[in-house]
Amino acid sequence: MSEDRAATAEERVGFFTDTSVCIGCKACEVACKEWNAIPEDGLELTGMSYDNTGDLGASTWRHVAFIEQPRADGRTQLPLLEGQSAKTPDGEMRWLMSSDVCKHCTHAACLDVCPTGSLFRTEFGTVVVQEDICNGCGYCVPACPYGVIEQRPVDGRAFKCTMCYDRLGAGQEPACAKACPTDSIQFGPLDELRERAALRVDQLREGGVTEARLYGEDPDDGVGGDGAFFLLLDEPEVYGLPPDPVVTTRDLPTMWKHAGAAALSLVGGIALAFAAAAGRGRA
Amino acid sequence: MTSAGSSTPRRHGRRGRRGEQLMVPRAEFDSYYGRPVIKAPSWEPRDIAGYFFLGGLAGAGSVLAAGAHATGRSTTATAMKISSLTAVSLSAAALIHDLGRPDRFVNMLRVFKPTSPMSVGSWLLSLYGPAAGAAAASAVTGRLPRLGATATGAAALLGPAVASYTAVLAADTAVPAWHDAHRELPYLFTASATAAASGMALVLGPRSENSPARHAAAVAAVGEIAAHRALERRLGLVGETYRDGRAGTLLRAARALTFGGALGATLLGGRHRAAAAASGLALLAGSAFTRFGVFAAGIASAEDPKYTVRPQRERLEERRRT
Repeated sequence: MSEDRAATAEERVGFFTDTSVCIGCKACEVACKEWNAIPEDGLELTGMSYDNTGDLGASTWRHVAFIEQPRADGRTQLPLLEGQSAKTPDGEMRWLMSSDVCKHCTHAACLDVCPTGSLFRTEFGTVVVQEDICNGCGYCVPACPYGVIEQRPVDGRAFKCTMCYDRLGAGQEPACAKACPTDSIQFGPLDELRERAALRVDQLREGGVTEARLYGEDPDDGVGGDGAFFLLLDEPEVYGLPPDPVVTTRDLPTMWKHAGAAALSLVGGIALAFAAAAGRGRA
Repeated sequence: MTSAGSSTPRRHGRRGRRGEQLMVPRAEFDSYYGRPVIKAPSWEPRDIAGYFFLGGLAGAGSVLAAGAHATGRSTTATAMKISSLTAVSLSAAALIHDLGRPDRFVNMLRVFKPTSPMSVGSWLLSLYGPAAGAAAASAVTGRLPRLGATATGAAALLGPAVASYTAVLAADTAVPAWHDAHRELPYLFTASATAAASGMALVLGPRSENSPARHAAAVAAVGEIAAHRALERRLGLVGETYRDGRAGTLLRAARALTFGGALGATLLGGRHRAAAAASGLALLAGSAFTRFGVFAAGIASAEDPKYTVRPQRERLEERRRT
């Protein structure tokens, strides 16, 4: 549960991904791969939709989810013009697109469980892997409640989004946000983004898009709020996101307590066995 | 592609015979094309489930060794010290082998992090390993008996921690079958460790010395079955992963072997050397099957998104109601 940013001068930054204006162009995926020199990781067709990337992983740090959804109540139309209705009445298909990324959690499980200290929190409040320290133990992989971080098979070490740590240091915005043509990916100080997101979700709801909701913006959620949060148009699980993620280390004190009691019960059990053997021996 | 974004409508669709019925009820559980939400660990079962077994065998074995040492059962004491040293050495080999960068294994001791069970475990092993080694070396050579006794005591103090922390190692993840079982898993692991160590003592120790091991086997079998029951009761939907598929098969075999081994040891182990050895082998196999079964349940729960989504969705609904 480490949010060790005591000695940092920089403001915490993040992403607000407004999926209502995502057009699924995947410029973010390409810009990310290019800038971070991420290796190619398969050119297969998934056969399920226009999404042939599949999911986030060691060599995919931005992933555009692409959902084709049959809807009885019509497809979502954004109220672009004054007075325009947000819905079409007849049953249709709707497309949802969303560019997923590492959430840079306030309470980051990957960082908590990393045994080498390779994962650390930067001065920008982001979570980054130090490639020269990671020994590929792979513990961060099942610890992440979002399934973001992964080991690269040929390399062995774990990799994930750095929020373009090198660009941030030079005062530049991350490559994905820079490349996004519709400003679906917005980068900035997290506080500002949260305000902007609250306005945007109100605007959409007033316009009739009642299913608009924010995901990961709440500092009181199970991970203490995401550094990268989203505006979604359906339940999170539809996009492959967990509906109520919790940092696993929240329960770690309970786990250690039970492990201690179990260790004592082991000693007690064996002591009992010796006592019983002694009693039997005397009898 | 009509069922995009959700996997349940397909299941509902199968029920009705008429294909034209396209209006399906609202899915009770959605996912992104049935893809997993979290990532399963890429750990090799042989290395990591194998380590859970070996660490338990070593740790509980050190406690048995100390008991045998203190009560003058010297053949069993020496055998168990050698067993623990061998098991912890193989554990270290398995853990290093499983790293993506084995040459960087010393980075495990770069920091000490109580929030990382793997860091705690690395430090624990680096203390326990030498203690188990010194205990075994002294017992085999007969040299430095006082140092040997101190090392035997130290190994017996650290051993239970080595046997139980691996449960925290598994539980401190987002893997539903492991995390949701974080209260019961440590007891299951220490009971399984006790079963393995008493099994080893039955295999290696003479009949005249095996009474404590037989009693320990009985205690372990009862403990393991009780912990398993409690675990499945708590898990609800996720408990399926402990009953179905590969994990279910492994765990059923584990229970039969552990129970059979303990029964054989209790009834016949005091009279027949061969029966004691066979019971011991059954207990060892049962413990190994338990660890591989728990490992398989975790993987199964990570690979199906319903085990991640449904409990979280229910938790949300619960919170919304209150």
